[in-house]
This record gives sequence, structure tokens and C-alpha cells, in this order.
Amino acid sequence: MPHTKELNSQAETDRERWESETLKPVLDSHPERKKSFENVSLEAVERLYTPADIASQDFSEDIGFPGEFPYTRGIHPTGYRGKLWTMRQFAGFSTPEETNARFKYLLEQGQTGLSVAYDLPTLMGYDADSPLSEGEVGKCGVAVSSLADMEVLFNGIPLEQVTVSQTINAPASVLLAMYLVVAEKQGADWKKISGTLQNDILKEYIAQKEWIYPIRPAMKLVIDTFEFCTNKVPRYNPVSVSGYHIREAGATAVQELAFTLRDGLEYVEWGVKAGLDLDKFVPRISFFFNAHNDFFEEIAKYRAARRIWAREMRERFGSTNERTLKMRFHTQTAGVSLTVQQPLNNIVRVAIQALAGVLGGTQSLHTDAYDEALALPTDRAALIALRTQQIIAEETGVANTIDPLGGSYFVEALTEKMEDRTLDYFRKIDSMGGMVAAIEKGFPQREIQDSAYQYQKAVERGDQVIVGVNKYEMTDEPGAVPILVIDESVRDHQVERLQQTRDRRDAGAVANALEKLKRAAEKAENTMPATIEAVRVYATLGEICSALRDVYGVYEEPAF
Amino acid sequence: MSERKIRVLVAKPGLDGHDRGAKVIARALRDAGMEVIYTGLRQTPEMIAAAALQEDVDAVGVSILSGAHNTLCPRIVQLLREKGMDDCLVLLGGIVPQEDVAKLKAEGVAEVFLPGTSTEDIVKFLRDNVKPRG
Repeated sequence: MPHTKELNSQAETDRERWESETLKPVLDSHPERKKSFENVSLEAVERLYTPADIASQDFSEDIGFPGEFPYTRGIHPTGYRGKLWTMRQFAGFSTPEETNARFKYLLEQGQTGLSVAYDLPTLMGYDADSPLSEGEVGKCGVAVSSLADMEVLFNGIPLEQVTVSQTINAPASVLLAMYLVVAEKQGADWKKISGTLQNDILKEYIAQKEWIYPIRPAMKLVIDTFEFCTNKVPRYNPVSVSGYHIREAGATAVQELAFTLRDGLEYVEWGVKAGLDLDKFVPRISFFFNAHNDFFEEIAKYRAARRIWAREMRERFGSTNERTLKMRFHTQTAGVSLTVQQPLNNIVRVAIQALAGVLGGTQSLHTDAYDEALALPTDRAALIALRTQQIIAEETGVANTIDPLGGSYFVEALTEKMEDRTLDYFRKIDSMGGMVAAIEKGFPQREIQDSAYQYQKAVERGDQVIVGVNKYEMTDEPGAVPILVIDESVRDHQVERLQQTRDRRDAGAVANALEKLKRAAEKAENTMPATIEAVRVYATLGEICSALRDVYGVYEEPAF
Repeated sequence: MSERKIRVLVAKPGLDGHDRGAKVIARALRDAGMEVIYTGLRQTPEMIAAAALQEDVDAVGVSILSGAHNTLCPRIVQLLREKGMDDCLVLLGGIVPQEDVAKLKAEGVAEVFLPGTSTEDIVKFLRDNVKPRG
């Protein structure tokens, strides 16, 4: 393409002229603030980006139009002019009664979707009365041990109308079963209910580390939910492939992007291998990214994510189905960026991070509350977080036009760089035999640990500034903010309901159902029908996970 | 004869899997010339105290972000004392409300390091407070 080359060399000549004529005299008399400028991923950022930086890109092939391949500019032809993103605040604490009240409050305040945070015992598949649950019940989320708790959690919330996202991974199939049985009891049609199960077990081994079973049987459970939902709950997203936790664990933006998308490819490969129809199950795979501090890097990350996914679905898997190619994702602002020091500053951080998510074209968004570096959010802090999204949507005007940063020399160059670096990681992981094999070797885990350590060192050197922590500190901070305290009595309350449930249920039916589940697991049949039957007769989460542990064993993390 | 290196057990009790902090601290202490043993995730206070005794450590650095510190930390201190490890320091790092700090210290926790602490401050604290052995 001689034409492009000509343009490219003209752009370079122009730039060289500017550097010698205009820039150099100024640099000689007024040096810049720093020798080099780095973003939060410790990547160098250049002084200026010009047409020379995007000369290798082709508008229609690489950038294009919203709603068209490769979807760099978004998956909807109308952007947010048609429909705003879903404001989906993650909430859950204490008892199901308390969380149910918080859900209703958030819906009354204009929130448009729900998102459940479960406590650590639930995430690990233990009941509230397990000795391992002591001190943890209702602390980091809501406590759910059986269908009886789930019935209270969604009491008065019509599951056919409200979409609910559930952050649950190792025991995800059990919580999905509970959700479906509650929906059924409400009279909802499974074909109509919609929502998302996080169910991303790969990132648990990589970053979040709430695992139960060894990795391969755990993958089998994920694929079971794909198959079950494709046939019985077709509007439900059975997985949300999550970069959020990978980033929080210390990954750079590129690592978040690369490991998350490679996890997504791994689920697709396993689904295809299990005989699922690519264009039926892949459109229901959703994604979940972090919104960290470096504004442009984050926007480039989301734009690159869509483009890479579309290209991989086409090139690796040969799909031409538009719904398979389109990546949909949720975004949450970076919890790890919030500071205990001067906590009201967090409102500002969250607003800027949320804006990056919106400019990157997210489908749904959670904004953190300013007090989340201290504890779970109070009502007041949660409300300000929601209002932040409403201000971005209704006051700033950023939702009026589609992909407003498309065509920016900097953003397009950065988008391309992130794509290239992600593909480098793909090649490395592919050569190891795929993501499961790479995780077994400890590869992504080590990469993330290294980045976390490098970042900490950069903060301690003062190269990375955190306002209120290593610059502009105050010894005498203005008044402390009130925080939410979860009482130990929550455990007593939950244990009491658990005991009542155990007393009232048909013990024989529970034993039978658990036996049937074990047999399904042993024979490598789909475990979802037997899980639903067990949940229906009030087998507890702990009992069901324990039955599966008997068959699958437990994961022990090697030292990396 | 070279001076005995400070030995630290970095421990992660409870169900929480957020180990970024524990791993960063372990590496920083190692880089500062200390001997560090990391327990891995989900250790009970009993397992932690047993490991501390077996490894003959000078300090146990506990990382808790889940809010379970009031239950877990005093028990670790108590178990160490029962094993006769009277000089073994117990340090806590993580998300701990200010109101809990004084209470934890009264129950034998030597120091509580809140978010934003520099790893250098932790190294210094250990160097200043670990009792030299005869």
C-alpha cells in the first residue's frame, strides 16, 4: 500500500520538524517534570501521539463503526443513545433479611439491576454452622446456606423482571440451582429469567483463590452450567469471565486483558469439546473488567477487549455469528485504588474510573462506595456511589455520542498496543497447552505477583503517587466516616434458621438426592439436574459441596 | 559468626483468599534479608501456632482482610503463649477499623499495620522489636 506508506513518512517528517523547530528549544530551557512518564501499569507513555502512531491502522478494518466487526467502537449501533448502561451495584452483607432490604432500597433509588455479594463461607461452600465459618458469617457478603436463605433473600423481588448477577464461583452451580428454584416458586418462567452467574473458576486459581475442587473437575461443573442454561434458561449468562480480581491481585492492565480473554477462550474450547453448539453458548458468555486509575489505558483496554474477542471468535473458532463475536461486559471501579486515608477522596477516584468504563462502552457498571477500604458500605456511601453513575449518565453529556475517543491518536495507538501485547501472552499460553495447563504451571500467578511487587516498590519510591498516602498526607485527618459493623449475632441468627431447616426437611429425601448427585458426578453426567433436586429438598450448600468433594477431591495450591 | 537472621512466619488465616498483601510482604521481608515462611491460604490459628513453633520464628505476620481479625488474632496470640513462645511477636496487617486496633493490642498483638503502610516500616518495626537471642 504505497499510499499509506507515503502518508506515514509524511507524518514522520512533520513530527521530526516539530521536534527540532518547536519542541527542542523549549526542552533545552525548560526540562520536563520527569525524565520518563509511566502509567499505573508502569508502562511508558510518550509525550505526544500523532498520525504516525496509528499509520499501520486501517479505519474500516481496525476501528470501524459501532455494531459492526471488529466492534472496537462498541456493540450497539446506537451506543448509549438507545439504552444507558445498567447501574448494577454489588451488595450483600449480614443476613438475607438485611440484604433483601438493601436490594429494595437500591431499586427504589433508581438502580436498574441487582448484584449479590455472598459471604466467605458461602463462597467456599461451607454452611454457617461449620467451625470454619466462625468469625466470617455475613462479614464480606450475605450468608446463604440453603434454599431457605435464598427464599428470604429474594422475597418480594420478581425474578422474571429484575436481572440479578451473582458473584459466586466454586459452588456456583449450587447457588444457580437455588436461584432457579426460588424463581420457580415465584411462578417465573425459566425461559424468561435473565441474569449472570460469575462462575469463573479459572480466575479463582489465578487470583481470587476461592476454590474448592481441583481445576479440571471444577471446569466440568462450569461446562455443566453452560449446557444446562443453553437448553433450559436461554436468556441467562452462566459465566462472567472476570479480569476484575486479576487486576485487584496486582496485574497490569495488559495482564488483566490477556489472562481474562485467554480464560474466555479456554471456556469456549472446553464447551466445544463437550459438544456444545458454539453459536448457542458463546453469546451468553459475558465479561467483567476493572476500572483502574489510568484513564486512557482503561478506555483502550475495553476497546481492545471487544476487538480481540471478535477476531478470536472468527479466526480461532470460525464463527460468523454476530452474537458470538460481540463481547458484552460489566465494569467495577478498582477497590484496590481506594484509600483508608482521607476516605472522601475516594468519591473522586470512583467518578473518574466510572467515566473510563462508560467511555469504554461498558454494558453495566458498579461504582464502589467511598468507605469500602474500611468496611462494607453504609447506606449513605452506597447511595453516593449510585448517584455518581446517575450524574455521569444524566449531567456530563458523555452518553450523547458513541465512542467519543475513537480516532484519538493516543487512544487508538494504545488500543493497538494492548491488543499486540495480549496476543503475545496468548502465544505464550497456547504454547504451554492452554490456560488450564498454564495455571497448573503457575504462570499467570507468578506474572501477577511480580507486577504487584513492582508496583508496591514504585509507590514506596514515590514514582507512583497515591494522594493522601505517599503525598499530601495529613497527620490530623478531618472527622472519621461512620462504618458498617457486622455483629457476631448474625451467625447465631443464620445457624438458627439452618437448624430449623434441617429439622423440618425430609431427611431421607436429602440423603437420596445427595447420593444421586454423587452418582451423576462419578459418571461425568451433567450435575445440574441432580443439584436442583438436592436444593429443592433443602439439602444445604455445605452438604452438596461435601458430596462433590467426596467425588472430586479438593484443590491444594502448589507453592509458586 | 554472622548474626542470626530474623525469622518470620507470614500467615493467612480464615477463609479469605486475598493474598496480594501477604505475598508482597513476604517478598519484601526476604529482600530485607529475613528468613520468611509463608503458610499458604486458609490456615487455622492452631495450624499457624504449630508452624510458628516448628519453624522457631521470631514473629508471625498475619494478613486478614475479611473482618475476622477479632476472632482470629487473639486466638493466635493465646496459642503461641500456651506453647511458651512468649517473645514471638504477632503483627497484623489488613483492613482493621481504628476502634479494633487498641483492643487487639491489649490482647497481645504487637502492632497493626493498616492499608498504605510502607514495607520499609514493617521491616524497621521487626528490626527494632525482635528480641535478640542469646
